[in-house]
Amino acid sequence: MSTAANSESHHTSCGWLLGLRSWWRMLIICLEERLAYRSDFALGTVMRFLPIVTQVFLWTAVFAASSRTDIAGYSRDNIVAYYLLTMVTRAFSSMPSLAGGISRSVRDGSVKKYLIQPIDYVGFLLASRIAHKLVYYIVAILPFAAVLFFCRGYFPPAPDGLTIAAYILSLLLSFLLGFFMEATLGMIAFWFLEVSSIIFAYMLFQYLLSGHMFPIDMLADIPTGITGVSLADVVRLLPFEYTAYFPAAVWLGKITGWELVRGLLIEIAWLVIMIGVCRFVWWRGTKRYSGFGG
Amino acid sequence: MRRYIKIFSTFARACLVRDMTFRVNFLLECLTSLGWMSMNLAFYLLIFSFTPEIGRGSGWSREPFFAFVATGLIINAIVQTLFMPSASELTEMVRTGGLDSVLVRPLDAQFLLSMHRFDFSSMANGLVGLGLLIWSVLCFPAAPPLIAWLLYPLLIVCGVAILYGLIIMLAAATILMGRNQSLYDFWFYITNFSRYPAEIYAGPWGDPLRSFCTFIIPILLVVNVPAGTLARPLSGEAWGMVVLTFAAAGISVGLSRVVFQAALARYRSASS
Repeated sequence: MSTAANSESHHTSCGWLLGLRSWWRMLIICLEERLAYRSDFALGTVMRFLPIVTQVFLWTAVFAASSRTDIAGYSRDNIVAYYLLTMVTRAFSSMPSLAGGISRSVRDGSVKKYLIQPIDYVGFLLASRIAHKLVYYIVAILPFAAVLFFCRGYFPPAPDGLTIAAYILSLLLSFLLGFFMEATLGMIAFWFLEVSSIIFAYMLFQYLLSGHMFPIDMLADIPTGITGVSLADVVRLLPFEYTAYFPAAVWLGKITGWELVRGLLIEIAWLVIMIGVCRFVWWRGTKRYSGFGG
Repeated sequence: MRRYIKIFSTFARACLVRDMTFRVNFLLECLTSLGWMSMNLAFYLLIFSFTPEIGRGSGWSREPFFAFVATGLIINAIVQTLFMPSASELTEMVRTGGLDSVLVRPLDAQFLLSMHRFDFSSMANGLVGLGLLIWSVLCFPAAPPLIAWLLYPLLIVCGVAILYGLIIMLAAATILMGRNQSLYDFWFYITNFSRYPAEIYAGPWGDPLRSFCTFIIPILLVVNVPAGTLARPLSGEAWGMVVLTFAAAGISVGLSRVVFQAALARYRSASS
C-alpha cells in the first residue's frame, strides 16, 4: 500500500517535472524565435512611443485653448501620466498576432499537429506569449525607463506600497485577461474561417472601450437615455477597462479603498469567466474541426 | 507608359473582381474601416466638448478642424487603396524569397511591388471624408476663394506623393533588414503626427519637432497645407507652404526612387 502510494507520488512529481520541462523548452524556443529578427523587434519597440508624443502636444493645445485646469478630474499632467501608464498596461495586455495566428492555424490546418501531440494548445500559446512578453520587456525596459524618467514631472507622488502591489497585480491580471480574450477571439475561426474583420472590429472596440484612447471618466457626463446611467457606467460593465484604464487609474489614485478591492475582484472574476469561455470554445471548436491530408 | 497604365488597370480590375467575389468580407472591411473613422470623429467631438479650438489662437475651431480631418481621410484613403496593400506584402516576399520572381519580370520592380494589389474597401473612408469636407466648408463663415479650390486637388496629389515616397523608403528598409514587420506600425506611428494641425507642436520641444516633420520628413505638409488652403486665408506664409509642399512632393518621389534602387542592388535572395 505504502509502495503504491510512493510510486503514485513519484509519478505525480515526474509528471509535474516533465510538464515544467516542456514549458521551459517552449519558452526557450519562443525566445530564440523572437530574437531571430532583433533589429525589426527593437525598431517596433521604440516606435510604440511615438503616438504618446502626439497626445502630449494635443492635450497641451486643448488645455491652452480651453483655459481649464481640469477636464473630467484630470489636469494636463494627469492626462499625460495617464497615457504613459496605459502604455505600460498595454505592454502587458496587448497580444499582437495572437488571434490572427490561431485563426490562421485553423484555416491552414496547422492546428492539427497540436491535436495529435500530447501538448495543450492553449498552454503552448500561453507559454509562447510569456516568452514573447519577456523578450519584449528585456528590450523595452530601457526605453520605457528612459521615457518614464524623462516624463517624471507629469506624475503625482508615488502611491503607497499597498497601491503599488495592487497596481502590479492588476497588470498581471490584465496580461492573463488580454490573453484569454484574444485566444477566444482567434478560435472563432473554427466556425468562420475568415475572421480578420471580426478581429479588426474587436480591436476597435478594445481601443475605445479600454480607455486606451482617452480616460473612461471623460464619458461620465454623456447620457445614455437611462436616468442616472452615463456612458461611462455602461463601459464599466465590460471587461475592456481592465486592459488599459484600470491599472493606470489605480496608480494615479483615481480608484482607492474598497473601490480598488472591488475592481480587483471583478477583474479576477472576468479572468475566470474568460478562461472558462476559452476552454469551452476550444473544446467545441475541436469537436467540429475536420483536417484532411498530410 | 501606356503599357504600364494598361497593366495598372488590369491589376485594379483583378482586385475589384476578387473583392466582389467575397462581397460579405468586402462589406465587413468597409464597415470596420468606417468604424475606426467614426471612433476618431467621436473622439474629436469629445475634445470639442471641452475646448472651442485646438491650440490657443490657432484658428482650428470645430468646422475648420473637421475640414482638416476630412482632408486627412481623403489622402489616407487614396494611399491605403492604391499603395499600402502591396507594400505590406513586401515583408513576406523579402523573407521568403518571393521577391525574386518580381525582379526577373520585364517590368519596373518598384511599379510592380507598390501597385499590384489594391484595397477598394479603404475608399469608403475617402467618400465619407468627401462628405465631411462638404459639410465643414458649408459651415465656414465665408466660402474659400476660387484659387483655394484650384490648389486643393493639386495639394492632395502632393500629399499622396509625399506619403508614397515614405512608403517606398520603408519598403527599401524592408529589403535591407531582411524582415520589417514593423513597416505597417511605423507607417501608422509616423502618419500619426500628420493627424493634427501643425500648430499643436509648439514650445521648446514642439518647435524643433515641427521643423523636423516639415523640412526633414515632410509629414506635416501632407494634410496641413491642403486643409489650411481651404480653411484659412492664403497669406504670404501660406503661399510659401504651398510652394514647399510641391517641392517636397517632387523630392520625396525622386529620393524614394533612388533609395529603392540602392536597396534592390543590395538584395540577397532568400530562396533556394
